[in-house]
Order: sequence, then C-alpha cells, then structure tokens
Amino acid sequence: MAQHTGGSGRRFHPLSAPDFLPRGKLELLQLYRLQETVHRAYANVAFYREQMDKLGVRPEDIHSMDDIRRLPMTVKTDLRDNYPFGLFASPMREVVRLHASSGTTGKPTVVAYTREDVEVWTEVMVRSFVSCGLHEGDIIQNAYGYGLFTGGLGAHYGAEALGATVIPISGGNTDRQIMVLQDFGVTAICCTPSYFVHIIERARELGVDIRSLPLRAGVFGAEPWTEAVRKHVEENANIKAYDIYGLSEIIGPGVAIECEQQDGLHLFEDHFYPEIISPETGEPLPDGEEGELVLTTLSKRAMPLLRYRTRDITRIIPEPCPCGRTIRRIRRIGRRSDDMFIIRGVNVYPSQVEAALLEVEGTLPHYQIILTRSKGLDEMEVQVEVTPNFFSDRVSELENLRNAIARAIEHTIGIRAKISLVEPHTIERSMGKAKRVFDKREG
Amino acid sequence: MKLKQLSLFLENKPARLKTPCKALADAGINILTLSLADTQQFGILRLLVEDWEKGKRVLEEAGCVVNVTEVVAVEVEDRPGGLASLLDVIEQAGINIEYMYAFTFGRGDKAVMIFRFDAPDAAIEALQQSGINPVQSVTLYERSR
Repeated sequence: MAQHTGGSGRRFHPLSAPDFLPRGKLELLQLYRLQETVHRAYANVAFYREQMDKLGVRPEDIHSMDDIRRLPMTVKTDLRDNYPFGLFASPMREVVRLHASSGTTGKPTVVAYTREDVEVWTEVMVRSFVSCGLHEGDIIQNAYGYGLFTGGLGAHYGAEALGATVIPISGGNTDRQIMVLQDFGVTAICCTPSYFVHIIERARELGVDIRSLPLRAGVFGAEPWTEAVRKHVEENANIKAYDIYGLSEIIGPGVAIECEQQDGLHLFEDHFYPEIISPETGEPLPDGEEGELVLTTLSKRAMPLLRYRTRDITRIIPEPCPCGRTIRRIRRIGRRSDDMFIIRGVNVYPSQVEAALLEVEGTLPHYQIILTRSKGLDEMEVQVEVTPNFFSDRVSELENLRNAIARAIEHTIGIRAKISLVEPHTIERSMGKAKRVFDKREG
Repeated sequence: MKLKQLSLFLENKPARLKTPCKALADAGINILTLSLADTQQFGILRLLVEDWEKGKRVLEEAGCVVNVTEVVAVEVEDRPGGLASLLDVIEQAGINIEYMYAFTFGRGDKAVMIFRFDAPDAAIEALQQSGINPVQSVTLYERSR
C-alpha cells in the first residue's frame, strides 16, 4: 500500500478519512445512520420497541440529531436483564462473533457482532493506531487478553489490517513479555496501563533497560489512568503513551483515541454518537460541561444500543484540535461514576488518591485502598509499595515519606488515611484491569 | 576506605527475613554481618557481603528493593572507653552518625564497628588525622574467611 507522507511527516491512511470529514457532512452522516439504527432497533429488538412505545416515540420521529433526546436510555442492567441474546437485532446466523464482559457479580453481559460490525471495529482500530502514529511495518506486541474480553481480538484485527506485524502474546507471563520486547524488535505495545507499569518494574529487576529498545509507542486502555502515570511510563520506557477508550457494550476498544497532541481523545463520532448528561438527573449537558458519557451506536447491526449510559465521567471538548481531525474530543476518563466510594460522608474516587500519591516524589502507582469500619468509624488505609526510587536506608526518611503521602491525600480528599509501606510485589498485579479498592466495611 | 552496604525494605511481618536470606544462600553469597532496624510497621535490613554488586543483583531478581549506601568500618579498642574515644573524634569534627553496628569478626584486642555517617569522607579524614585508620574492605573480607 502506498504511503503518503504529508508536509508534517505524518502518514495518511485512507481508512482515517472520516476523521477529517467537514462537520456538515459528518452531521448528515450521523443523522442518516441514527435514523437507520432507530428503525433497526424498533423493528428487531422487543426491549426497544416497548421502551419507545412507552415514551410515545416512533422511528419516523427522528428528524434531527436533537431528537435523540426523545429516545429511551439504556443502562448496564438492561443488558443483564436481557441475558444472553435479548438485545440482538440480527438473527444468530448473521452473528459471526460473541464477546462477554467480565461480570464481577452474576451473569456477564454478552455482545454480538455481524461481519459488518467486525469490519467497523477493525476500521476504528486502524484509525486508532494511525492516530498514535503507527503504520505498516510496525511490530505490535498485543498484551491485551485474548478471549471473551474484547481488548485482545479488537487490537489484533486492527493491527493486522493496518499492515503491522502482530505478536498475539495476550496478557501475563511478564518475563516472556520482556524477552519478546527485547528480541522481536517491538515498536509498539498494547495493554492496560497498570500492566505496563508492572512490565517496566519487572524489566528493571531483570536488568533490562526498556528505554534503549526500539519500542516507541504504547496504546493503553481498558481502565482509567492519570497524567502522572503517563509521565512515569513515558520517562521510564522512553515511549509515547496514548490513551485508548472503549467498552464492549459499544464495540470494544476503538471508541475514542488520542492523537499526537495527547490532549483529549477523538471520538469516532461517525460510528458512536456522544452525549453528556448529569449522572444525577439524566438531563443532557451542553458541550464543555462535565458529566456522564452516553453513547449511541450509529452503525452497529447485531446489537445497536440507544443512549447507553457508560458510567464514565468526562466532557466534550468542542474546540477544534490542532491535528486537523474534525471529530470531536472527549477529556480523558479520570473516573467512573461507579468507582466512587463514600468514606465518612465524603465522595472519593481512586484516581484522586492516585493523583495525590504521585505528587510525592518517587512513588509508583502500585497501591490499594482498604476500607474498614472500627467502632462505627470508617477507616481508610492506603498500602503503597516501596520502590528503589524512594527507598532509603534511614528509618527517618521512610517515616517522612509516609507523612508526606498522608498529607498529600489529606490535602486532596480531606481525609487522613493510614499509610502502610509494603514490600514490592505484595500488591497483586493485574494482567488486565487493576482492582484498587477493597471495601471490607460491613453493614 | 568506604564499604558498600546493601539495605533492604522489609514489612514487619513473620517470615519476611527469609526471602532475601534464601536468595543470597542459593547464590552462594555469605552475609558477613547484618543489622536490622525496625519500626512498628516496617524494618530495614542492612547487610555487608563481599561482592555487593552480585548481592544486589541477586536480591533484586528475588524482587527486593535494595539501596546501596556507603559506610565506614573502623577498628575500635576492645576495652572500656574504646568506642567513646573514637566518638570524641567524630563529635569534634561535627559529623553526625546516622546509625552504627558491630562487625561479626574482631581481631585480637580490636573490634570492628560499621558506621553510617552523614558525611563519610569528612569522617574518614577526621579519623585519619587522629591516627585512626578505617579498615580497608580487602582486609575486612579476608578476616572473615
């Protein structure tokens, strides 16, 4: 395939063309696809037909994108209630793939793809990789888990279609990951950010300097992560770390991606239509205001979702991006509305604790939060792993560090936490999404 | 003059000492001397081995956090007041002792103390001016054979 290099040295990939559509054309395309999707959902999914009938709205009532507000919303439990195949809009013979989310409680949620859906997914993953500066000839180590989780196969299909060499190593076996990084000339890696932090740390123990390898980009997603973690990863691995966003209900990875500006994620709005609502009232909020991201699939065939509440908190950036893409950006997802915990009446997000931790020189994002209740009073313990960067042979310095962490957390969330320094590797490493909060409070 | 000491972070929990000790044992590295500082929540294990670079590598491969610190070994008269006279020299030079512990092997009427000074070079100079020579690492390690 011919590679076109623009004046800036960036390569253009034909599949990325929709990223640069004039807004007017993009909005026409969105409306056309929304109308088709609503018709399809109404005709084929009993759940949506009932919901729309209840609201007194018919597919013919959608005349503009604003009419989307007349449509019913979909929540995670609707997927569970219709387990396993109740929301499918295609007969099973047209469904070529099933994935399922890791259900932490009860049944998982099942998602389906027709051949066309897999093609769209592949397309948005190619556009994602291109946005991260990857191209034909790159060697991509795909350390997302392969299986029912959408991460592995989503990234795999996209990387192959891009023309890159894919190493389908999946998650886990960190020593082997490091060997492959060293020996196979890997130029990009895909995994969760917390797993890559673990890879960096293990490589250091093995005496491998990741900074000296050809690796130049990381495509990290499937969990919220902070700017501080990005800084840590970029400095310690000498790469550019890009945030990718997606969720299996909508398609998997490839819903939104950062570009070279690393300032917000471009949402592939020709396939997924974003709204921001107030998580409390469900009312739509104007562009620029922070709230819960709601997505409508515009081209999904097997399982169209109308106004799906993601639980992810972000805002739309209405200003154009210097990279030239016309599709709008969303802010990085810092928190999910269901990650929040309440301690002594204060709402706390794990990302706030993480940000406070990383303010303290030398700490690594290996931590966990343990909530207990003693004599009716909530206690919060933050366990932090000691790293070579901040370990001193003097007791006083370690005590100072504990105090500094406690102060930083108190400053951020207003609660004094007990800080425990723990040995390296005592906090369980997740090969996928990291679990940060252990709530042991009863009653 | 200066010795490289390895320091390890340990949680204050049962059986935490075993991992580093076993890792060193499996690599055939002898611990010449050690000291343990402990608080309610964590401990710091400080140890001297002959090949500190190998020791550090072995411990890090075993997943330990290792810090290398420069310490000074000084012979002390093994009699009442032996340590006190040495401390006089240090005090007069205005040097702070972060911590100290005894080396496992003495010789004749001399014991060996390991010192962690806030300014090791200044401490060595002050000691030498008072006629006290810090023990060279080679001599120290030979002694333990």
